[in-house]
Amino acid sequence: MAESIRDRVAIVGMGCTNFGELWDKSPSDLVVEAAYEAFEDAGIQPNDVQACWLGTVADTTSGMAGLGISAPLRLQYKPVTRVENMCATGSDALRNASYAVAARVCDIALVVGVEKMKDTGQAGIAVTGGLPSANVAPNATAPGMFAMMATKYFARYGLSPNEGKTMLAKIVVKNHRNGSLNPKAHFQREITLEQVVNAPIIAWPLGLFDCCGVSDGAAAAIVVPADHARKFRTDPVFIKALQICVGPADGTVRSDYDYTHVEETYRAGLAAFAEAGIKNPRHEISMAEVHDCFSITEATIMEDLQFSPRGKVQEDVNAEAFALRGEIPINPDGGLKCFGHPVGASGLRMMYEMYKQLQGKAGARQIKNPRLGLTHNMGGQPPACTVSCIIAGLKA
Amino acid sequence: MAGITSYGAYIPIHRMNRAEFYRAWGGFAIPGETAVASYDEDSITMAMEAASDCLKGMDRKSIDAVFFATTTSPYKERLGASILAAALDLPPAIRTMDVTGTLRAGTTAIAAALDTINAGSAKNVLVAIADCRLGAPSGDAEQLLGSGAAAVLLGKDNVIAEIEGSSHITDEFSGVWRTDSDVFVRSWEDRMVLDKGYSALLPEAISALMQKSRLGPDALDKIVFDAPTNVMRHAAVARKLKFDAAKLQDPMVLSLGNTGAAMATMMLAAALEEAKPGQRILFASYGNGADAFVLRTTPSLEELGGRRGIKKHLESKRMLANYETYLRWRGIIPLESARRPEQSATSLSSLWRNRREILALYGARCLNCGTIQYVNPSANFTTGVTPIRICAACQSKDRFEPYRFADKKATVFTFTQDNLAASTDPPATITVVDFDGGGRGVFDMTDRDPAKLEEGMRVEMTFRKLYSDRGIHNYYWKTRPVRCEDN
Repeated sequence: MAESIRDRVAIVGMGCTNFGELWDKSPSDLVVEAAYEAFEDAGIQPNDVQACWLGTVADTTSGMAGLGISAPLRLQYKPVTRVENMCATGSDALRNASYAVAARVCDIALVVGVEKMKDTGQAGIAVTGGLPSANVAPNATAPGMFAMMATKYFARYGLSPNEGKTMLAKIVVKNHRNGSLNPKAHFQREITLEQVVNAPIIAWPLGLFDCCGVSDGAAAAIVVPADHARKFRTDPVFIKALQICVGPADGTVRSDYDYTHVEETYRAGLAAFAEAGIKNPRHEISMAEVHDCFSITEATIMEDLQFSPRGKVQEDVNAEAFALRGEIPINPDGGLKCFGHPVGASGLRMMYEMYKQLQGKAGARQIKNPRLGLTHNMGGQPPACTVSCIIAGLKA
Repeated sequence: MAGITSYGAYIPIHRMNRAEFYRAWGGFAIPGETAVASYDEDSITMAMEAASDCLKGMDRKSIDAVFFATTTSPYKERLGASILAAALDLPPAIRTMDVTGTLRAGTTAIAAALDTINAGSAKNVLVAIADCRLGAPSGDAEQLLGSGAAAVLLGKDNVIAEIEGSSHITDEFSGVWRTDSDVFVRSWEDRMVLDKGYSALLPEAISALMQKSRLGPDALDKIVFDAPTNVMRHAAVARKLKFDAAKLQDPMVLSLGNTGAAMATMMLAAALEEAKPGQRILFASYGNGADAFVLRTTPSLEELGGRRGIKKHLESKRMLANYETYLRWRGIIPLESARRPEQSATSLSSLWRNRREILALYGARCLNCGTIQYVNPSANFTTGVTPIRICAACQSKDRFEPYRFADKKATVFTFTQDNLAASTDPPATITVVDFDGGGRGVFDMTDRDPAKLEEGMRVEMTFRKLYSDRGIHNYYWKTRPVRCEDN
């Protein structure tokens, strides 16, 4: 029988750049900044690293192959693997590095996620490859594909457009409030419910503020075997579960897909809870960083991760259960919405916030005594997704 | 006797009040409306609509020739008829031909179809005719040219209108023309154009036919011939030939505009909608000469099921918001491109490999579990896994039969109005639909009112042009709200 990753590896150093429209930073610049923050945090030298994993999606802006980190860091002939799994890339890079460490084929692994999104001169995520295709795909943007979930969610659960948009707006306002406390976030400004509801429509029913930022940034982690962790620091963060679920992309083919949930999230969550030995996610998970690429995504993730009952997320949103001081804080760092979304870096950015929260170093955003945290990092669009769920905690 | 065995027609849903041209340019506002092809329509897609209307209830397998007639083919070199044959899911071992270069291309194709049948070279010939000519901005032609299509099926079995005789004249006179690089129609001084062209030659061809057939004006029940942009000349020809004005078929110039090569046959379709068995119809068309035919309807006419034809298509309309929309849709002025990620190049290899899925909208039915499934073949769409090898429901391998979705209606499951997507007609309306009988798909929606989208809305599939890339026009299917109820 396969073994669990639980408590077999630990993160002993992390780094994360400011996210945003970093016109004056190159991808290599970002890699150096994130990696050196992690080296310093772990108290190691670059040459101590034995193997590396790079998570990046766009070939054109962040480089190809493992060279995307070996060149900027001038790593001296190390094994480097490049990982791509859409927006879940950063988490999957961490997962692969963790497995190598757990297998004890390396004792110190470096993971870097990086994306330079803003060099294209265009709005939106320009990460798809340029290879010729039949070009008969529907003319939908990412907001459009997620908007179809919102349309369906409102209809299925009897929310009027105004009720539905108000529920989503509360999620956005909460993430902006958290982002305003985060000096590394792309957007650090509170906004009002009215601003969110009345913003220009991007793809009905999602408005401007229902969509996350498109940002440049990088994040990095140092992974070591659990039994080495305390040699590096007193407060390492231990991996409790590492799951990724890639769907069969059949929801546009099978008419039994409901468009109000993401099966990959539900199943990745189930697997992660089982691996971490969690029976009651809502009570046992102290906080979560989830993939709020759009407000509707965060709403449905709450149900898929069993934090809220199906169709009932509105009650928890209204009760502010997911606020920084709520029952289960969600996206205390502002989430994709405000921290921003440099695709390959986002999964590691989520882990960075969780790492700091677990260590009690989250400043004004600090949650009281977090024990276990979850990151949910999702690539693709419903219903063709790749979802990572990672659970981490303080004590081994 | 060979003749017409079925007919169909198509009129774009969008019309523009001619007052909009006057608002833009001043000058003289011609009364009425003009039919405007949508941004995603061209002669191929409109011919496809008319052909689908014509083939409703007909045996597609019996068709052994397709002729496409137009003066506005999207290609100078590439056969339009073969695109239509593929989209109509006709077998490859058939005759195909494009007839072009003249406004009587439609009737010339019909004459050729008749000869092909009478020579025994084909049994059932589909003739699809469409045009969408443009007049240069601010001119009269801009106001008077419209878009539309008609189709007729010809054969010897279950003929609804026998073709009793015909007469043809050719003439090199060039009253209106376009060179190989002209976008807009050119015209000589219009009195000479009409006096020496239309007004002289059309009566000559009709008279010759009437004499040959030993028919006087009273022997005709319906009189169908096309009109020039100056519609008064239409009535003048009838007067010259001593035709009863009451029998004259409306050329629809006021309600649709001059639809070029399609006009005469669209008028014939309108006449057949109202005709009774045993009626004699004169059918003629002008363009660098003239073609004239005498038709006689048969009792089979009443057995042919109803068509959307002219009447239903004419009634079902949406008014174009303004002239600026017309300029945008017809690509007449350059516009700022959206600052969005550029589309990858269109791969002809991928289009060819997926031609059944793309042009004829084929999916598959699993022979193991019965699940009907359609997969969009675009590699840049995350579900683009064609051919279907593994069943999405039961995962059995390579046990499928082909399943065609093109003529299935469907219901909207969910949708969005995407303002971010680059579109000629924003917002981009995207629909997830469940087909009657099974199967789901995600498609762009066209010909819709963005304010009237709702879940559960009934839709049908329509063949449209999605993009053009390096001269490759990408034809594919979209959803549209069911345009009118069928009988």
